[in-house]
Amino acid sequence: MKKLINSADSVVTDALAGVAAAHPSLAVDIENKVITRAGGPTQGKVALVSGGGSGHEPLHGGFVGYGMLDAACPGEVFTSPVPDQMLAATKAVDGGAGVLHIVKNYTGDVLNFQMAAELASDEDIEVVSVVVNDDVAVQDSLYTAGRRGVGATVFVEKIAGALAERGASLSEVAAVATEVNERSRSFGIALTSCTVPAAGKPTFDIGDTEIELGVGIHGEPGRSRAPLASAHDLAAAALDAINSDLPLAGDVLVMVNGMGGTPLIELYLVYNEVHRYITGKGASIARNLVGNYITSLEMQGFSVTVCQLTNTLTELWDAPVDTPALRWGR
Amino acid sequence: MDSAFFRAWLAQAAAVIEAQRDHLTQLDAAIGDADHGINLTRGFTAILAALDGASTPTAGSVLTLAGSTLISKVGGASGPLYGMAFRSAGKALKEAADASPQELAAALDAALAGVQKLGAAKEGEKTMVDALAPAAAAFNEALANGRPEREALDALAAAASAGAQATISMQALKGRASYLGPRSVGHEDPGAASTALILGALRDAFVQEEPGR
Repeated sequence: MKKLINSADSVVTDALAGVAAAHPSLAVDIENKVITRAGGPTQGKVALVSGGGSGHEPLHGGFVGYGMLDAACPGEVFTSPVPDQMLAATKAVDGGAGVLHIVKNYTGDVLNFQMAAELASDEDIEVVSVVVNDDVAVQDSLYTAGRRGVGATVFVEKIAGALAERGASLSEVAAVATEVNERSRSFGIALTSCTVPAAGKPTFDIGDTEIELGVGIHGEPGRSRAPLASAHDLAAAALDAINSDLPLAGDVLVMVNGMGGTPLIELYLVYNEVHRYITGKGASIARNLVGNYITSLEMQGFSVTVCQLTNTLTELWDAPVDTPALRWGR
Repeated sequence: MDSAFFRAWLAQAAAVIEAQRDHLTQLDAAIGDADHGINLTRGFTAILAALDGASTPTAGSVLTLAGSTLISKVGGASGPLYGMAFRSAGKALKEAADASPQELAAALDAALAGVQKLGAAKEGEKTMVDALAPAAAAFNEALANGRPEREALDALAAAASAGAQATISMQALKGRASYLGPRSVGHEDPGAASTALILGALRDAFVQEEPGR
């Protein structure tokens, strides 16, 4: 394993120190691992807090700023943060209008955020949680932990953040977050594994000519192993899975996301295939993102996320945003 | 079994978790996200640090502190679930300075109930419950049959190990491994494996404390 680190134990805090040095617009509490907007809470605005394991950068810390999150709590690599962190973040950003917790659907994240919400309510802070579960690779069933939360998290944070910035109430912001999640689906494909620094070796073995269809953002295995195929076929495999769950129609927002180790030239190549597939189904890509937004360390591969837009959602997507990883209109 | 005994158990558990760190992480890599050994090692290190210098006059206070530490320091699913197990066990022991075997049995039942309340897992779903539930039942049964503590703890440890082994043939219905569906069959559940290690450490701590038993 070759990594640009000082020691496997200090990866998260060393990186947070870098985030603090690079972005004066953020306030970084390195000891408690909480990233907030510099300048304290916005009074009267619903605050958005998200968090999850590290290793998915820029998610979530890169999305803290005007028009998106108020705070992010990074856990250890691929490990959910702890309730103390989430409570500290919640208290730091509460502007009196309540706090929305945006939680990706993993057992650990859900349990820890649940405990944090209880602790916050003990301190008279109103918290509503929205769980993101957009990954169609996972069978959604009462008999599993349910679908994983992946790319739609970026859409939820952007669109709910925009509505909160306009002064909407906590229930309104939670409702739009839920709506974006329900209208979004994702599917990921990995070409290689990733290596958790503290583990020191790849999470899974995969042959030179194999891919993992439906991979999770922690290198969790997905639907099946398959032989490597053309970008055209892989894009079609991802979109077939999405289309069979939520038929592609009307105006859509599409993200072609890199897993961390995929060059942009390949992501654009994939985007071309995605664009042809979606327009071929009669839908129209009204907005798009191409790049690394929710990664899995150095994994090679991509995910596609599609959200069925409404006029309101498009308008909120276009609203100004000013964060380290997403910035326009301001 | 007093405060010192439960401290000795946790020290023993910390040692065996650290020794098996890579093994637990490998089990997790097969069907999860490859961090179970890393997280539990961090958690038990934090427990020992929290206990060091803390006043724990009762058996229950040791376990309650251990549980709170896991909840606030570990993260993942294992932090809250093990944290809840230890906290529930500690609270069940109430203010007794010395826990009787019957009180320990009640504490194990409380730990199981705490884990099931939080994680909503039943037996047979390929989770830590598959080691904890048979272990608690075996301990209760041995006591009910009038067996001495040592034998009851042997039964507890054996049932936990057998329960963990039995998860190999199960399909996961809870936790991250459930995403794999049928592909989760053939792998031991890392949470059940670590539960067997921790309960084995309970028996070992008892034997080491009084080697004659």
